[in-house]
Amino acid sequence: MKEFKVTPIRNGTVIDHIQAGMALKVLRIIGVKGEVSSTVSVLMHVPSKKEGWKDIVKVEDRELDPKELDKIALISPDATINIIRDYNVAQKFIVEVPSRVKGIMKCSNPGCITNKNEPVEAEFVVESKKPPSLRCVYCDRTTTDIADSII
Amino acid sequence: MSEAFKGMDIVSIRDFSREQIEHVLNVAERMVPIAKGEERSRELEGKILGSLFFEPSTRTRLSFDAAMTRLGGRVLGFDAPGGSSVSKGETLADTIRMVDGYSDVIVLRHPQEGAARLAGHFADKPILNAGDGAGQHPTQTMLDLFTIRKAKGKIDGNHVVVLGDLKYGRTVHSLSEALALFGAELTFVAPPTLQMPKEHVKRIEEMGLKPKVTSSLSEAMKDADVLYVTRIQKERFPDPAEYQKVAGIYKIDLDMLKDAKSDLKIMHPLPRVTEISPEVDATEHAMYFEQAFNGVPVRMALLSLVLGGSK
Repeated sequence: MKEFKVTPIRNGTVIDHIQAGMALKVLRIIGVKGEVSSTVSVLMHVPSKKEGWKDIVKVEDRELDPKELDKIALISPDATINIIRDYNVAQKFIVEVPSRVKGIMKCSNPGCITNKNEPVEAEFVVESKKPPSLRCVYCDRTTTDIADSII
Repeated sequence: MSEAFKGMDIVSIRDFSREQIEHVLNVAERMVPIAKGEERSRELEGKILGSLFFEPSTRTRLSFDAAMTRLGGRVLGFDAPGGSSVSKGETLADTIRMVDGYSDVIVLRHPQEGAARLAGHFADKPILNAGDGAGQHPTQTMLDLFTIRKAKGKIDGNHVVVLGDLKYGRTVHSLSEALALFGAELTFVAPPTLQMPKEHVKRIEEMGLKPKVTSSLSEAMKDADVLYVTRIQKERFPDPAEYQKVAGIYKIDLDMLKDAKSDLKIMHPLPRVTEISPEVDATEHAMYFEQAFNGVPVRMALLSLVLGGSK
């Protein structure tokens, strides 16, 4: 039987160990919507040695900025980032859930002042990293449904 | 201790330690004769309070006005944003920056949760949160604690029964956490649909207490030292039929108080509707009008402390 594999990328980023089912959300975070100019590979529900199943996203010619890394950490705290340069892994690290986040997600409380037309970015204190739980600095509401709140 | 309060924003009761709250209550105690008009003070003479009420309020607004005036200060502001620049679409941040330039301290009531914290980011002058939507109302909590301490001599060790709308009522969330900080015994009485949110019960348990949660008032009343009654707020119910199901479910009257302790004190943040019968007003149990008065010395204490007046 012929096996199809995703080919290695020359330059870009491999986001591995994404929590199964979160790959499409990761795509949204890194801004992959409809049209792309480089190859993007998405593998969903791949067997994982670490924990049952995982998703993988490979993007060519693209490295992630710190805000994108923070967002990925919040929805998938075990994800690993492999930065590929000239077919080699130039850097490999596990994403890190920050202790405080600002400007990357909105408050899940519709009554929160940060959801109104005010010149502030929503800001949160991370109360628990695994699973992530964030408390709004303004309204004090705790959000656990992170994926839907990411901007 | 007083020095730490100078310039401080009073946003959430959670920002305070037990010692800090006790200090506020001690200063408030000294303010009582001035609040009653028995003594005069010029402590805040020349100071201006910016009073911004984006939502209607009677007690909170008037008691802040009274507090500032009793200390010799002046008040400017609005209690209905209809005629102000707010109605033209001005952001809260801009309104605050403007009033920050006109006053020495700002009191804010706003329908949005987190509004006072936001105001604190944009103002150089201290912000006093007079209620932000379903969020915090720290000066109410402090006057409630002041009332309990005055009536009972201390806060810890009292069995406080909190009754009514515990789901939506903002005063009961911060009050119960503050009572837990002082080590009071707590019982929450409400119909199941209006019971204290689990996250608040959990927070109180994390503080080392085991609050009782029940829908039976008669059982909880027997050894209660303080009964804190709240109104079931019609405006919080999206469905009028749901409101009708729970409205009037608990009513405190003389019959209900037969088995209560003789020194039971009944509190209510007011306004009340039918939850406390007027016949209770004349009994030794009724504390709610004194509680409303206590808003004045407590707010005097806070104004004085954040403006660096009290030692």
